[in-house]
Amino acid sequence: MSSPLVQRTAMPGLGLSAGITLFMLTLVVFLPIGALLWKGAAFGPAALWDTINRERVWAALWLSFRLSFLAACFNLVFGVIVAWVLVRYRFAGRRIVDAAVDLPFALPTAVAGIALTALYAPNGVLGGLVDDLGWRIAYTQWGIWLALVFVGLPFVTRTVQPVIEEIEAEVEEASATLGASRWHTLRHVIAPMLMPAALTGFALSLARAVGEYGSVIFIAGNIPLRTEIAPLLIVIQLEEYNYGAAAAIGLAMLAISFTMLLAINLIQIWSRRRIGHV
Amino acid sequence: MFDAALHKPATSTRFRSATDESPAARWALIAVAIGGLALLVGAPLVIVFAEALSQGWAAAVASLASRDAQSAIRLTLLITAIAVPLNAVFGIAAAWFITKFDFRGKAFLITLIDLPFSVSPVVAGLCIVLLFGANSAIGGWLVASGYPIVFAVPGIVLATVFVTFPFVARELIPVMIEQGRAEEEAALTLGASGWRVFRTVTLPNIRWALLYGTLLCTARAMGEFGAVAVVSGKIRGQTATMPITIEMFYNEYLSVAAFSMAALLTGLALLTLLLKTALELRHADQLAAVRRH
Repeated sequence: MSSPLVQRTAMPGLGLSAGITLFMLTLVVFLPIGALLWKGAAFGPAALWDTINRERVWAALWLSFRLSFLAACFNLVFGVIVAWVLVRYRFAGRRIVDAAVDLPFALPTAVAGIALTALYAPNGVLGGLVDDLGWRIAYTQWGIWLALVFVGLPFVTRTVQPVIEEIEAEVEEASATLGASRWHTLRHVIAPMLMPAALTGFALSLARAVGEYGSVIFIAGNIPLRTEIAPLLIVIQLEEYNYGAAAAIGLAMLAISFTMLLAINLIQIWSRRRIGHV
Repeated sequence: MFDAALHKPATSTRFRSATDESPAARWALIAVAIGGLALLVGAPLVIVFAEALSQGWAAAVASLASRDAQSAIRLTLLITAIAVPLNAVFGIAAAWFITKFDFRGKAFLITLIDLPFSVSPVVAGLCIVLLFGANSAIGGWLVASGYPIVFAVPGIVLATVFVTFPFVARELIPVMIEQGRAEEEAALTLGASGWRVFRTVTLPNIRWALLYGTLLCTARAMGEFGAVAVVSGKIRGQTATMPITIEMFYNEYLSVAAFSMAALLTGLALLTLLLKTALELRHADQLAAVRRH
C-alpha cells in the first residue's frame, strides 16, 4: 500500500499554504523556465546546435567557464585562509573583516562593476600603478577574472567557517602527541575535514560566476572572441530581437547551471556519507 | 572546556602550544586575509564615495536631484515595495507547507524553491521575455489588452521576485523544522483558530528569521541588475531602476551622477550589513544562517 500524497493532520492552513506556494512557484519559476524550454523545442535541435556552434558563441561560453573556474580556484584558497583566520585568531578589527566578507553579497553588481572599473582602468588608482609595469587589468581577461573573484568571494569562507568551528581540539592534540608537525597536522588532519565544505563553496562560487553579468560588463571591454562573456551574448541577441538565438545560448547556460547544481548536491551527499553530518 | 581552549586569545600565548601555528605563520595569514579583503572589498567601497564626491557634495546632491535620478529612485522603491512583501508571503506559506505537513516530494520542492539561485539573472530575464514578450502568445494578448508586462513595471517585479525567490523561505524552513509542531498543536488543542495559532505561536518564534530573510531579500531587490536589464527595456523615466540608471549615467560619461547613485546604493548595502550583523549578534539562537555556522 502506498502512503497518501499528504498525511492527514489537524494542522490548519494546508490548502492556503500549498496554494500560495504552488501558485508562486508556477508563475515565477515553472512558466518562465518552461517558456525557455518550449522556445528551444520549437526552434529544433538542429537550429539550436547551429546557433551555439559558432566561433563567437563557443568563445564566449569557454571564456565564461574558464575565468569562472580560475576565479573559483582563487576564492577556494583565499576563502579557506580567511575562514581560518576568522575562527582561530583574535585580532583588532576581526568583526569588521567578518562583515566585509559579506559585502559582495550586499553590494549591487552594477555598483561593483563601475567601482572595479574606476579602480583598475589605466587611468585609475590601481590600474595606473600596474600600467607602469606594463600590465593591463581593466578591459582584458584579468578584469573579468577580478570581477568574478569579487562576486564569488563570500561562498567558500561562509561554507568552511562553521566546519572549522566544529573541529574538536582533541583531534589536533592527538595528532601533535603522535609527533606530527603543525604543518603535517594541517595537511593530513584538518584539510581533509574541510574538503567537502570547501568544495561546496567552490562549486557555489563557480556557479555564481558563470551566470554573472552586472559586475563584469563594465570592466570586460566586451570585445567579441576575446572579452565577451556568455550572458552578454544573450543580451546582445535580445537587443537584436533574435529570440531563437538568445534562447539557444540561454539553454546552454541553463544546462551548465543544472550540471553544477547536481555536482553540488553530489558533493554534499558524498561528504555526508564520509563524515556523517554536514 | 575544549571550547575555551580553542578560543583563547592567540596573541597572549607566550609559549606556543602544539596546536598553534608559529607566530610568523599566524601574522602572515592575518596579513593575507586583511590585505586581500582591503584590496578586493575595501578599495572598491572607498572609490565609490571618492568618485561621487570628486566635485564636492553639492554636485553629488544635485545629480541625485535630477529628474532621471528621482524617477529611478521612486521606481526602485516601488519595485521593492511590491516584490519583497510578495516574497515574504511566499516564504511564510512555503515554510508552513513544508514544515507543518508530511507529503511526498518534499526534498524536490525545496530544490525547486532554491532553483532561482543557480540560474543566471540574464537567463531569468530571458525566460520572462520569452513568456510575456510581445512575440509570445500570452504577451501578445496582454499587450493588445493594454497590460504589457515586458518593458513595463510588472516584468521588472517578476524578474525581481525570481532572483530573490528563495531568500525568505530558505531562512524560515530550518528554523521552523527545529521548532517542531508541538507548540502549534497544543494551541490548536486549546481551541485556538489557525490564524491565531500562526499570529501568537508561530510568528513570535520566527520573527527574527523572517526579518533576516526579508533584509537580504530587500538588499538584492534594490540592487538587481542583470535580470532587470533584460526585461526593463531601459526606458528613461519609466522603466529605469537605480542600477539601470547607474549604467546609463556611466555610459554617458556622467561619472559624478553614476557614482552618486552608486554611493546611495552602497550606503544601503552597508546599512544592510550593519543590521544583519546586529541581528546575528543579538538573536543568533533564532537565526538559521547563524546556527549553521
